[in-house]
Amino acid sequence: MTVDSQGTANAAPQDAPGRAAGKSQTPPPAPSGSKEVLQPSRGRRSLPSGLLPYLLVAPALLSMAVLLLYPLIRNVILSFQELNRKEFITRETVWTGFDNYTELLGDSEFWTVVVRSVVFTAVNVFLIMVIGAGIGLLLDRLGKKMRLLLSLALVFAWAMPIVASVTVFRWLFDEQFGVVNWLMRTLGFSGYEQHNWFETGFSTLVICLILLVWGSVPFVALNMYAGLTTIGTELYEAAKMDGASGWRTFWAVVFPNLKPFFMITTFLEIIWIFKAFTQVYAMNLGGPDRASETLPVFAYIEGVGQFHYGVAAAISVLTILMLVALMSFYFRLILKQEDEL
Amino acid sequence: MSSTIAPAPQKLRTRKKITAGSVAKNVSALLIAAVFIFPVYWMFSSSLKPQHEIMTKDPVFFFEPTFENYTTATGVDLFWTYVRNSLTVTVCAVLLALLIALAASFALARIRFKGRKGILLVVMMAQMAPWEVMVIAMYMISRDNDMLNSIPMLTAIYFVMVLPFTIWTLRGFIAAVPVELEEAAQIDGCTRGQAFRKVIFPLLAPGLMSTSIFGFITAWNEFAMILMLNKERESQTLTVWLTQFQTAFGNDWGATMAASTLFALPVLIVFIFVQRKAVGGMTAGAVKG
Repeated sequence: MTVDSQGTANAAPQDAPGRAAGKSQTPPPAPSGSKEVLQPSRGRRSLPSGLLPYLLVAPALLSMAVLLLYPLIRNVILSFQELNRKEFITRETVWTGFDNYTELLGDSEFWTVVVRSVVFTAVNVFLIMVIGAGIGLLLDRLGKKMRLLLSLALVFAWAMPIVASVTVFRWLFDEQFGVVNWLMRTLGFSGYEQHNWFETGFSTLVICLILLVWGSVPFVALNMYAGLTTIGTELYEAAKMDGASGWRTFWAVVFPNLKPFFMITTFLEIIWIFKAFTQVYAMNLGGPDRASETLPVFAYIEGVGQFHYGVAAAISVLTILMLVALMSFYFRLILKQEDEL
Repeated sequence: MSSTIAPAPQKLRTRKKITAGSVAKNVSALLIAAVFIFPVYWMFSSSLKPQHEIMTKDPVFFFEPTFENYTTATGVDLFWTYVRNSLTVTVCAVLLALLIALAASFALARIRFKGRKGILLVVMMAQMAPWEVMVIAMYMISRDNDMLNSIPMLTAIYFVMVLPFTIWTLRGFIAAVPVELEEAAQIDGCTRGQAFRKVIFPLLAPGLMSTSIFGFITAWNEFAMILMLNKERESQTLTVWLTQFQTAFGNDWGATMAASTLFALPVLIVFIFVQRKAVGGMTAGAVKG
């Protein structure tokens, strides 16, 4: 997650904003289910033992119901209302049925944003997984000191708070004094005297992409490395003796062993990138000319910027539905892992 | 056991003479490390540069460090209000989450009851809640209840944001404490509450620590919600301050980088301490021995 950076993929999905989310953590392995206590009521206890667990979980469930479930329901309700500037100010409730949805689904702008978000997510996740896995493999082959150095660099990138890293990237890509323009000039490219990286939506999104890849790769790479250390050296030795190439070893030994890791991490990254708001919004406010908006930013700007709160709620609902579809795959994977649940 | 045997093959590997392959490996590792550390390094170094060394077409790599950018950044109107708001919101949210989660995760880890699996599933799903896309609804709810620009409302939201994750991790930590310890305490005459307080709780300290740090990072970083709900400057936090800093200061990149550094520093420091757990957890179950 930032914290959003984020557990290890196997047991702690987390919602750290973006990669802050990346920061979650897996608890130590729990003892197997057989250790669960069947608690006979021992000694004097004022509460009947049957009620105790419910009392203990009640505050948590209650707060989630009020501040998570209710807003989700409210979101759906809002999406069936007309809520533009007038209704917003007069606080009227005007029901419009499915109008917001039909309007959206018939709107080419909406589909542009959907396609943009999907492509953006796909490219991002592909790069994150390939680069992350590559660096993970490299970490496994490095000497001790070099490995420490590289992991430290990765941890710094992982830990950077999202808002701070967005600000830094804006500075790196600054038109006048940015170090990236200087680098491009030094490398001999022309046209980077005062190149404005935020001139087009495409170029803005490329910078968001670099930022997201930079921030998400450490999570994948370090977990990949941790996973690799669990594969016994015998397997490599055996592969080597059979004369397998490095490429072959990867697909025959590493990948099958780490398949659950790859699956779970890929889905986590898809979910995180698809709903990334801060990185895209803070980079250039969805601009120029709304050309770098992804779905979450689109919803925000439709609501706050355009005063179409009903439509914005409908966009949110559709985005959440897409996320739920992705998550159902993810949960299936996790539940397979968590037999202990 | 396995650890005593392990060094042997490794020694063989390191004794190998320098080959083209190993040079390529180390050089690429250095390059990758440089790429990943560079933005962080550039933030620090820019924040220490005097104004005239920043506004140069070709970047200056050696300079005399100065703290004038930090004076500019902290001298901003309401800076200390933002610091106070950020701290209040994150610390209260995390403490509240710990308290509520401790009760819930104790029940979920230690007691078999009807509906337990269902609740675990709910917690797991709540962890993935798409908060970024819920801002519109949250805004309407806050407005209807006159809770816009309210620090308590923001605290409550952040509390629920970090709660599922806190329950999930603490449940793991509690489950890892052997039941026998608790039973022994009860046989020695402790009530269940005392057994929890005197036996489990002290053993949980490291778990509580790292869980709360991850919660802290999540809440400290949060941006979408505060952007939507708290538009009054007095009720904003450091995240909003930072994103609007550069616009407010024209192009004073030195001060902007000083502000980013101030914002990032607490997180960078605590994260270095807990990241081992974040990574190690995945393999913990697979280590043989």
